[in-house]
Amino acid sequence: MTRFLLRRLAVALLVAMTVLTLSFMLTRLSGDLAISIAGPNATQEDVELIRRAYGLDRPLTVQYFDWIGRAVLGDFGTSYFFRERVSTLIGSRLPITLTLGLVGLGIALVVAIPLGIIAAVREGSWVDRAVMLVALVGQAMPSFWLGLLLMVVLGLQLQWLPISGTGSWEHFVMPGIVLAFSAIPALMRLTRSGMVEALASDYIRTARAKGLTRLSILAKHALRNAAIPVVSIAAVQLGFMLGGSIVIETVFALHGVGFLAWESISKNDFPVVQAVVLVLALIYIGLTLLADLLNAVLDPRLRA
Amino acid sequence: MSATLAAPRGRVRHRLGLALGVLIVGFIGLAAIFGPALTPHDPFAQDLGQRLVVPFWMEGGSLEHPLGTDQLGRDYLARLVYGARISMVIGVLTVIASGLIGITLGVLGGFFGGRVDDVVLFAITCRLSIPVVLVALAVVGLMGNSFTLVILVLGLLLWDRFAVVARSTTMQVRNLDYVSAAWCAGSSRVSILAREVLPNIATHLAVVATLEMALAILLEAALSFLGLGVPPPLPSWGLMIAEAKDYMYFSPWVIMVPGVALFVLVFGINLLGDGLRDMLGAQDAR
Repeated sequence: MTRFLLRRLAVALLVAMTVLTLSFMLTRLSGDLAISIAGPNATQEDVELIRRAYGLDRPLTVQYFDWIGRAVLGDFGTSYFFRERVSTLIGSRLPITLTLGLVGLGIALVVAIPLGIIAAVREGSWVDRAVMLVALVGQAMPSFWLGLLLMVVLGLQLQWLPISGTGSWEHFVMPGIVLAFSAIPALMRLTRSGMVEALASDYIRTARAKGLTRLSILAKHALRNAAIPVVSIAAVQLGFMLGGSIVIETVFALHGVGFLAWESISKNDFPVVQAVVLVLALIYIGLTLLADLLNAVLDPRLRA
Repeated sequence: MSATLAAPRGRVRHRLGLALGVLIVGFIGLAAIFGPALTPHDPFAQDLGQRLVVPFWMEGGSLEHPLGTDQLGRDYLARLVYGARISMVIGVLTVIASGLIGITLGVLGGFFGGRVDDVVLFAITCRLSIPVVLVALAVVGLMGNSFTLVILVLGLLLWDRFAVVARSTTMQVRNLDYVSAAWCAGSSRVSILAREVLPNIATHLAVVATLEMALAILLEAALSFLGLGVPPPLPSWGLMIAEAKDYMYFSPWVIMVPGVALFVLVFGINLLGDGLRDMLGAQDAR
């Protein structure tokens, strides 16, 4: 177990270092950053001034190790646009994105697991087919378009929910539904296939032979085994959802890190952009690590 | 297997899905190829006297502009079929680019194993931890909107599933009898990869290709919707939805037309992919 843990940690660390390097390279793609920061009306002197002020006149390798050294300590520099520490900015926006992610995951699990179980129990019936159709529809739904549709129907026509903004818990409902849509198909298919496999196994036959009730067989025996992959995929899906929340936060003007990233991208505020990429990637790495550990705890066979 | 009895009915169902998928993708593909030549209007021609004309099925609509016009008086149908071309081209080219990267990595890892495989697995892990939409937006934002850049960025970001599937299927094929036979017959590594391995994993890769194409089309639409994808005035469906967004509360159909088109295309491609996979599954089971 310790060996598994150490190995897994080492890989996670190495991946984190690679992403750190990539997010640095990402922002240097555009060529001369000083020119893009200074804007179209800047004179040659302005550009030189900015280049020196932001340390962009130093060799790339120096800039790289400087950024790594600071990033490891949680110092991502200062935003050009907001005139604030990037870490403070992200710290104030992250709770909103995390809330949105958890609301989305919560909705997705509440919808996907029961539907997946029903489909598995009635395998091959019209219920099963209808559930698979829901999965296909979810997969094909463009999230930003679904968001707009909900705004028109739930926000304007029925007036059940606020259309956009960050004020109250109600502001998280529509974005949460949209975000859930992206995770429901995968979670539902996995629950279904896990349950189908579990229900066909020997220990379920034994449980039936013992005369246990249907509910007890489903909940205590089948679901427990089918849940193992679902737990780990749920963690991974949460990571994907946080990464993908940029589109939804922009549609609903929900001021989380995704919205911050979008604002920063349109304003060429590259310290913020590279920091957000890094933070979201680190959260994903952390979540997959957690998923692997959970799996190892739930299923001793995986600890080898 | 327990599904043996249900299999015949299941197979018919899968064929139905597959047929529907072929029909949808074929129809939109034909519209993308021939549509722009057949519609009487120019997708770029503005006519400010004819702004936001409603589609023919609504009161006040006419067949002059069957799907209505946008906020600048451009014919929606003409823009829609031109947009189909953009979606299809981006989908296909992205799949080619990401397929080349992913299949190369996956086959190498699966075939050689050991250290090579460790490197490939590491590359996949790194790629998965990078938030795709965010990085794509950042790259386009920093380097400027362009059609080529969108394809390049998506191609560089969407190879993970190709690599995963190519790797696992190559591992299965590597140990089969006909590959051993080819070794014994003195075939080179390259010839075994090209003649034995690739043709035998091709069908699995085709399934991945459909799923990735659907994903690439959705992502392009999302990027264009946020203003960091295909540059205007090109009528990408995502861009059409973005431009129509300001009018959706008064005339919801303006976001319905391009949105439904996008949904139907992606739905059709996914049906196609699912149908292919089920056919493969049925083959494997036999």
